[in-house]
Amino acid sequence: MEILDNLALGMSTAMSFTNLAYCLLGVILGTAIGVLPGLGPTATIAMLLPATFGLPPVSALIMLSGIYYGAQYGGSTTAILVNLPGESSSVVTALDGYKMALKGQAGKALATAALASFFAGTVSTVVLALFAPPLAELALKFGPAEYFSLMVMGLVASVVLAHGSLLKAVGMVLFGLLLGLVGTDVNSGLPRYTFDIPEMADGINFVIVAMGVFGIGEIIRNLENESSRSLVASKVTGLWPNKQDFKDIAAPTVRGTLLGSALGILPGGGAMLASFAAYSLEKKVSKNAKQFGNGAIEGVAAPEAANNAGAQTSFIPMLTLGIPSNPVMALMIGALIIQGIQPGPAIMTEQPVLFWGIIASMWIGNFFLVVLNLPLVGLWAKLITVPYQLLYPAILVFCAIGVFSLNNSIFDVYLMAGFGLVGYILLKLDCEPAPMLLGFIIGPMLEEYMRRALLLSRGDYTVFVTRPISAVMLFVAVAALVVVLLPAVRNKRDEAFQED
Amino acid sequence: MKLAFRSSKDLWSGLIFLVVGLAAVIIGQDYGMGTSNRMGPAYFPTVLGSLLAVIGLFTMARALVIGSEAVGQLAWKGMALVLGSVLLFAALAQNAGLLVALPLLVFVSAMGSSLFKPLPAALLAIGMTVFSSLIFVRGLGVPLRNIGAWFGG
Repeated sequence: MEILDNLALGMSTAMSFTNLAYCLLGVILGTAIGVLPGLGPTATIAMLLPATFGLPPVSALIMLSGIYYGAQYGGSTTAILVNLPGESSSVVTALDGYKMALKGQAGKALATAALASFFAGTVSTVVLALFAPPLAELALKFGPAEYFSLMVMGLVASVVLAHGSLLKAVGMVLFGLLLGLVGTDVNSGLPRYTFDIPEMADGINFVIVAMGVFGIGEIIRNLENESSRSLVASKVTGLWPNKQDFKDIAAPTVRGTLLGSALGILPGGGAMLASFAAYSLEKKVSKNAKQFGNGAIEGVAAPEAANNAGAQTSFIPMLTLGIPSNPVMALMIGALIIQGIQPGPAIMTEQPVLFWGIIASMWIGNFFLVVLNLPLVGLWAKLITVPYQLLYPAILVFCAIGVFSLNNSIFDVYLMAGFGLVGYILLKLDCEPAPMLLGFIIGPMLEEYMRRALLLSRGDYTVFVTRPISAVMLFVAVAALVVVLLPAVRNKRDEAFQED
Repeated sequence: MKLAFRSSKDLWSGLIFLVVGLAAVIIGQDYGMGTSNRMGPAYFPTVLGSLLAVIGLFTMARALVIGSEAVGQLAWKGMALVLGSVLLFAALAQNAGLLVALPLLVFVSAMGSSLFKPLPAALLAIGMTVFSSLIFVRGLGVPLRNIGAWFGG
């Protein structure tokens, strides 16, 4: 059993004292971030990246991924206790979780969320271990044309799955792709769009864009309508799910896990999409659909399982293909590259310790989360009461010093302020920043692969459609675009995002 | 129509896309197009820029035909104070030192909130300064001085 050997290798890596410590630190930080509204995982991971440069790559990645899936847990705590999803993937959990809390079942809802997430985390760890190797093997057969088409497919998926206007999402991808081209062109050595600023010659660091847009832009937006939060359901009564509850949540948890795992693997997918989709599915198949929105325990179990599964399986395309499916994965790729590791199909054979160590650490991290979260829920609930007006100046301090320490450059701090302004304006205009960040990361790769593909075909564009795998991927991309443009699907899509 | 333009989300987004796209194409003309066989440095940006400009035009046209939501109030005060505090930090961090730049960053940005109260903000400023100077400068060795060149640091 090769998979068992691999997992054993991963376990021995993840179980080292240092890595256990970073995993624990990651999930605690992640939970805190998930609990604190107005601080998303993208901005936080960007903020903490510079602090991980000095760590060994395995420890750095273990901690960063701990933050990511830890945030899903924390997000559900606030969603249930105060009807405030701390994190976008917990939006649907608030629908039924908060209603349960109002009925005095806060403890039961929290336990359901934790157990469903843990189950999903366990299953998706196995899914990762099973699916990543064959995918990497397939990817090794890819030529430049296939890579180009794969990236196009990924970008189209991020557009299709973005909420709001499709046209604007396409615009944002293109905007991001263009931004990614700033810097020296590797083929000709010519500086492009640098406006003769020497600091721009190496291009713009993605951390600056992420912190500016997701950190500062979001802060300014949050200042628009402030209100002091109050803890509505302050008493968490310890109601462990009973036998009937376990029966009720078993099937939704399994369905949520499977759906979440599948959606996480898709380019453009991830935790948020998974939780929305799982909730809609449960509403359709459940016998007591009427209970949904009124405190149905299935409405907590399914999306919580799905978002955790999706968060974990979204590592598959990142690790095996080097292609990010969401902004957090884009940051992870950045973290790997800074550590001198090129994510891609070769990572599994060249860095097996890193690869399997990260996967194994996810299961351990999920275990930590269950053990930590249920007894400490009172402590997390206290954290919700930190007022935002004291939180955001502190976030700014971390952003400013963090960005400076990337290259020890003050210019980068100015640039971050600039992206903060850009980010705020784009948010105001309902232009989603996530597709932009994906485009930004993918831009240089997309150009490089297009160049190579066209060089090999002597400038013949048909290379993208005559090679079968490439053709299929482009076809899927076009089909996805056409499908969302169909009026019937369009209405459904609007409806699906309405609950946001 | 003029009034609609002033406040319409889609018209503004479209306009921004159009301007960025055209700028990318125009600036890119200096770089050399090459052929599709050997793409020059201008090839890819020109394609992207043109596409973005077209998307911009479509977005604007759609907004004019179907109409679109109004932008709504900008948080001018929050925006000015948050961005201003970051710029202030950047300007002062090296020459004046962190003991000046950090408290200003915290306090000025905190003023952007409608729930701002001087005392908690001042305490936060002191706390964050002590914390950052210990963790980042002493602990992690970020090359910033507590007291900058202006004060003989």
